[in-house]
Amino acid sequence: MASAAAILPATGHAREGRYENNAATRERPWVRALILTLALSFFVLFLLLPLVVVFHQALAKGWGTAAAAVTDPDALAAVRLTLLAAGIAVPLNLVFGVSAAWAIARFEFRGKQVLSTLIDLPFSVSPVIAGLIYVLIFGAQGWFGSWFIEHDIKIVFAVPGIVLATIFVTFPFVARELIPLMQAQGRDDEEAATVLGATGLQTFWRVTLPNIKWGLLYGTILCNARAMGEFGAVSVVSGHIRGETNTMPLHVEILYNEYNFAAAFAVASLLAMLALVTLALKSWVEWQANRVVTQKEAMVRK
Amino acid sequence: MSIQVAEISKTFAGVTVLDRVSLDFPTGQLVALLGPSGCGKTTLLRVIAGLETADAGRVILEGEDASSTHVRERQVGFVFQHYALFRHMTVFENVAFGLRVQPRKQRPKEPEIRRRVMRLLELVQMAWLADRFPQQLSGGQRQRIALARALAVEPRVLLLDEPFGALDAQVRKELRRWLRALHDDLHVTSIFVTHDQEEALEVADRVVLMNRGRVEQVGTPDEVYEHPASPFVYGFLGAANVFHGRVEGANVRVGGATLNHDGSNADHGAEVVAFVRPHELDIVTDLAAPNGLDATVRRVLAFGGSARVELDSVEAVKAGAEPIHYEVVLPRERAVALVQGQRVRLVPAPLRVFRNEAA
Repeated sequence: MASAAAILPATGHAREGRYENNAATRERPWVRALILTLALSFFVLFLLLPLVVVFHQALAKGWGTAAAAVTDPDALAAVRLTLLAAGIAVPLNLVFGVSAAWAIARFEFRGKQVLSTLIDLPFSVSPVIAGLIYVLIFGAQGWFGSWFIEHDIKIVFAVPGIVLATIFVTFPFVARELIPLMQAQGRDDEEAATVLGATGLQTFWRVTLPNIKWGLLYGTILCNARAMGEFGAVSVVSGHIRGETNTMPLHVEILYNEYNFAAAFAVASLLAMLALVTLALKSWVEWQANRVVTQKEAMVRK
Repeated sequence: MSIQVAEISKTFAGVTVLDRVSLDFPTGQLVALLGPSGCGKTTLLRVIAGLETADAGRVILEGEDASSTHVRERQVGFVFQHYALFRHMTVFENVAFGLRVQPRKQRPKEPEIRRRVMRLLELVQMAWLADRFPQQLSGGQRQRIALARALAVEPRVLLLDEPFGALDAQVRKELRRWLRALHDDLHVTSIFVTHDQEEALEVADRVVLMNRGRVEQVGTPDEVYEHPASPFVYGFLGAANVFHGRVEGANVRVGGATLNHDGSNADHGAEVVAFVRPHELDIVTDLAAPNGLDATVRRVLAFGGSARVELDSVEAVKAGAEPIHYEVVLPRERAVALVQGQRVRLVPAPLRVFRNEAA
């Protein structure tokens, strides 16, 4: 899980170098070589190689086949559905996440511990079970099944179910990123704003939000990556109807099961590219957050 | 503006932090709330600001009950111990904040905001830092900006929560003097919280001493220092030597020694706690001197014009108990003549006695 430390000001930069170059604290060369080799070979074998394979397989039968697989109507429908699910789940979780983090970091209330634990629930429950819960509640044999059938509302094996499952699975990302950050920042800034006459909304927009800006962006990026990549929970509630209830990860699976490897990898490479973009964005946010701090510190030292 | 608090009580998780506190803060004065940590002084300040709600009692601002008035409408200025400056805004924008959030009808026009902010920054001597960010300032500078920000909304009262608590000793002294001078210029009714008795006595017009959620004494710095109302006040306002004994006429009998007392609160035969400040004790090398207490010199700390001598009582050691420690301040020339381990006699000025509640 993403840690808040990544976003909090990293002030130890200057010291790291000193530690490395100091003969008294430096490890012996062969120890360093061993650790580096281990880490790098693990990285190449388990992370880099699969990524290369995805793109290699996608282009195994040429650019034409890959392009055809990606522009196939069913594939496009899957892309649209994935974007739709993420487009609904991410903004909602942004709002839920900020409210939950705000409540937990700023207020004392009964059941705070329970709420804090509940936020982690989607992380601790298997996504398949999360999907099953929705089938049990909203499915034809579920608690509200008959009511929904009477009113001609389809949730499970339809788009609403997919959106619900995605929201559930991605719920903790924003809240978990913000809670430690807001707790570390404390209440002083907001109290100061209130005493100065700011309304609750003014305080939120002008003081709270700028303070949590980078953490919020970071959490949102991770939330989006998971929303688009989610397989398990969505798979259970989807019903795998081609062109209708297939998201990109599900579409990849279907193509693969049909031995249509080139097409499967072509769609998968889209997801892989999404991962790369996410990584780049994430690094950029971290870099920005640190830069703002170090720049200001550097100016102090002048 | 005058502030009154009446019968304020507050408990946190079963602990009584404020116990029926009633106080009067007259218009235009600078008052210090002084006490050890956990005595309730910060809570009282926050209750006055409206950042905390009292369980019982009333806050009266300018004769009007403000207990249920929202923080926003109380028109108080509040300065936090850790400044609470908005880190993403420049110094200028920090000070302008209170003006910018006003409802559109009351909000001053942009040139007016500029003028007022720059005037305040000049008042706190920080105009040249207007474009900097808080991280680029020193602690002392940040606290001045925080003060300017609080003053920008023209508050009726200024509340300062340990304003110098996070600063180092040098800056602290300088800011103390500066705050006093600023108050003499502005005359805004101000309350500041501190646990530093020197700070309170030096800066405030009046000092309120608090202990365990109650007010122990209220008075001018002279009054509370010269006439402490309780053993707690005596002990808190400066270094003190403590004696336990019984009143016998004009004297206090402390173990085998007979010492003078100053005649206040001293009923014949009463068990008392007696106090004397380190500079009110004399060390005599003539062991036959009357009205004194036997002691041995433990350490002589001679830095600067006056020296501090630490001593142990002889009597307690003879009885096999832990020695009782005393502290005496002497002119340097006299202190350096003393040797470690030397037997001497301590002759105090008349002791201030309080009835011993524990006995």
